Amino acid sequence: MKHKKDVQQGTLALMLLKTLDVLGPQHGYGIARRIEQISGDLLSVNQGTLYPLLLRLEQEGAIASEWGPSENNRRARFYRLTQAGQKLLQAEKRDWEQTAAIIARFFEVKAQDLP
Amino acid sequence: MSAVNRFFTRLLNVTGRRRGDERLREEIESHIATQTEDNVRAGMTPAQARRQARLKFGAVEAVRENYHAEKGLPFVENLLLDVRYALRVLRKSPAFTLVTIVTLMLGIGANVVVFGVLNAVLLHSLDVSDPSSLYQIRHRQWTQGKLLTTSYPAFEDFQRRNGTFSGMAAIYAYSDASISWRNAVTSVHGDEVSGNYFDLLGAQPALGRFFHAADERGPGSAPYIVLSNSLWRTAFHADPGVIGTTVEIKKHPFTVVGVASPEFQGTERFVWPDYWLPMVNEQQVQSWDYLHNRTSRVTVIGRIKPGVTERQATDDLNKIGAQLANEYPQTDDGQPLRLVHPGLYADEGDVIRGFLWSITALALLVLAAACANLASLFAARASDRSRELALRVALGSSRRRLVRQLLTEAVLVSLAGGAAGLVAAYLLLGVLDRTAPFAGSLTVHVDGRVYVAALVLTLASALLFGMLPARQAWQSSPLQMMKGTHAQSTHLGRFALRDLLLGVQIAICTLLVTASLVAVRGMTRALHTPLGFQPQGAMLVSLDLSQVEQPDDVALEKEKAILEAMRDVPGVTAAAAVNRTPMTGGLHGTPIFPPGTAEFKLNNSVLAPYVFSMSPGYLDAAGTRLLGGRDVSWQDTAKTPYVAVVNQTFARKMWDETPAIGQRFILNANLTEVVGVSEDGKYHDMQESPQPVVYLPLSQSYSEAVFIVRSRRTPTEMSATLQRTLSGIEPNVPITVQSWSDSLAGQLFPAKAATVALGIMGLLAAMLAVTGIFGMAAYSVSRRMKELGIRMALGARRTQVMSAAVGRPIVLLGVGSLLGLLAGILASRLLRQIVYQANPGDPAVLGGAVLTMALLGVVASALPARRALAIDPSKLMREE
Repeated sequence: MKHKKDVQQGTLALMLLKTLDVLGPQHGYGIARRIEQISGDLLSVNQGTLYPLLLRLEQEGAIASEWGPSENNRRARFYRLTQAGQKLLQAEKRDWEQTAAIIARFFEVKAQDLP
Repeated sequence: MSAVNRFFTRLLNVTGRRRGDERLREEIESHIATQTEDNVRAGMTPAQARRQARLKFGAVEAVRENYHAEKGLPFVENLLLDVRYALRVLRKSPAFTLVTIVTLMLGIGANVVVFGVLNAVLLHSLDVSDPSSLYQIRHRQWTQGKLLTTSYPAFEDFQRRNGTFSGMAAIYAYSDASISWRNAVTSVHGDEVSGNYFDLLGAQPALGRFFHAADERGPGSAPYIVLSNSLWRTAFHADPGVIGTTVEIKKHPFTVVGVASPEFQGTERFVWPDYWLPMVNEQQVQSWDYLHNRTSRVTVIGRIKPGVTERQATDDLNKIGAQLANEYPQTDDGQPLRLVHPGLYADEGDVIRGFLWSITALALLVLAAACANLASLFAARASDRSRELALRVALGSSRRRLVRQLLTEAVLVSLAGGAAGLVAAYLLLGVLDRTAPFAGSLTVHVDGRVYVAALVLTLASALLFGMLPARQAWQSSPLQMMKGTHAQSTHLGRFALRDLLLGVQIAICTLLVTASLVAVRGMTRALHTPLGFQPQGAMLVSLDLSQVEQPDDVALEKEKAILEAMRDVPGVTAAAAVNRTPMTGGLHGTPIFPPGTAEFKLNNSVLAPYVFSMSPGYLDAAGTRLLGGRDVSWQDTAKTPYVAVVNQTFARKMWDETPAIGQRFILNANLTEVVGVSEDGKYHDMQESPQPVVYLPLSQSYSEAVFIVRSRRTPTEMSATLQRTLSGIEPNVPITVQSWSDSLAGQLFPAKAATVALGIMGLLAAMLAVTGIFGMAAYSVSRRMKELGIRMALGARRTQVMSAAVGRPIVLLGVGSLLGLLAGILASRLLRQIVYQANPGDPAVLGGAVLTMALLGVVASALPARRALAIDPSKLMREE
């Protein structure tokens, strides 16, 4: 059985922003589905946790939302990345890559590499 | 920036909650429906599909909670919830709430009143520029009247020779005048000041200009007058056209040059001058010349240069003082000088400061006792509510929330109490301001500082009495509480803490009761101090002769005629004249020399008694006993030998045991013979030690006089009669008649104020003690009903039940009272600041305090004890 990973604080926001960046405007269910697919079901996310996060990002101005018809003609709220969100994504991405690179270096290091 | 935006969005959301809920609900619905459809498409049954969709979404309630937490401000929302809940709880027990609010109202109100007065008297600096560098120059001893410093010529010498003051001004604060303006005459009093006075103080006029040093060009050169703002409003109808017009004082024209700002009231807090005149023109007002006289006195204030210390300035002054004593040995004694800040009657400042700070300390103690009282009340209530609290913990409320809830209740109650206290204090201060002239003209305003103090006191007391139940809630275990069986250890522990609180409260209350008893004792003593004269049943009649100019011998004849006329008025039993009645201030000693003194140097003087000039019969009319010899008579004139009546202290200090009658001394360069000895009395104030006094006959030492008339008639009746009677002798002279007792009321003001203040605090303390003891006894009886019932059923005697029910509060009362009495004795220094000759060790005070506390204890525990005794075991057993 695959061990499902809890989402780290902060990473979910980054995944969310990137999803919107790649796919354009999406409703909540769409975003949840996409994150699930990309993470390959490795990630256990209660889909509901997405909504408070969406609200926060919207209040911070990173995303905007409006009502619209979904594929199956339901009323759904569509979220899209704003200019500010674009910038936030870039900054978060840089941060993340930096952190990842540093951590990666620590794992690569072997005892004999150190002086 | 975005964080700020978000905060405001969230703040808005707190108010408009409904719409957001709608949006989330719709989104969740749509989300789950889509998921369900997908699941159905993947081959699940509809029921299974819906279930799986819900599982995947997670707990809807938790999401909603988080959503709200993101959306609004959870802190504010919780606070609103807490407040709403607390209001509901408080409304459910109105009696408890009311008792709490009233207790706090009294405690905080008392503090606000005291702080209001403290604020007005001590914390506000005088309205002059840089008050910290402004000093009044004082003699080291108090012999010369409390405000007076030195003579005007000496002031000029100090001003010229000093190197440490940037400026010095002289004030003569005993100036009286009748100002006539457009045919209206107003009797007022004010300051005669040197020309640089306003510039030295840095005061600005509200209208016109002030006079300056440059206006002074010798005596009589500056006929200007500056009006105080209140005089301008009352006597001049706030007419701005008054500037430049002329008013008359003793038929001399004075030009009104300016009006002072409402804030500027001179340099004394309790005595506000109505006007300021240039000192160079004083002779037109005073009809005697003090500008060239080295024996009369003025007040000197000065501003020390930046960087100069008080010490350096004092040394400088004393050096000059010593020089002057060398140059003018007859008049300047070179007494050491010192500097005090002006404002509170110079040296009395220390007394006033001590008094106010001590009262503040006592008021804070009242509040502390009130808080101890409320803490035990709240703690008792919290333990009664322990089931509810435990339930909330069990349902997942965090302890932090619980504590916050309890503190919110405390703060709410306390805010209500504080607000009520503030309103009560505001009203009380208003009444005090209107009825009791706060020792002169000082007004007490409730300003920003008072509001802040009230708020701080309120919140501090909320924390004080809210912490205890909160602590109890923090430590409680839900399981045990739900079962309703308190673990015995925590039970005892809680009671121990409450015992301590009650003990502290009783100790404080005993201290306050002791203090108020001390004050009452002091007051009765002050009222029964032999004054050496009998103000009861006597009237003071003063004739305003300031508009009449006449030689002394003519005036003396008129005084004689007036006295004759007064004695002929039906109902008058005695009438006499004296230059000034005792305890009207401004007395200063006059040097006395032994017979045969050649040089009248101050160093050769043997005594400096107060000197009065009186008509024959004054001692009799005033009610002062003549102990030996004779009274003065109209036959003692300038042509006969100078005579005097002296008081016992004078006789003892001069000649010890030798009979004084027939002895001689030199006063005002006249060899004077003692013809009579009178009893001692009070001459300057109630607190003075026995002072030597000399009475001279008016016929040998003339002065304008006040008349004392003894009669059973009222002052108003007398006024009309006298007006008629005297019109033949001195027509059109305004007569004022006042009962002598009333005119002395001001002298008793400090003692009365102290008694009232301490009496109120003692009463508050007693009330708190009663409610504290009652609360504890009643609570313990109600908690132990079952136990007491069983004991009675098992055959316990009444005394045993009694001691079980109210024993502990009574023991606490004893211990607390003892501690309070000890504290009272230790605090006698504090009490001495408040009441003259306070002695908490006085057996009457100690006995009174013990008796009071015992009575309070009986009153407070009687009801609970009766309830305990009235327990009907069989009924109780059936109920439980």
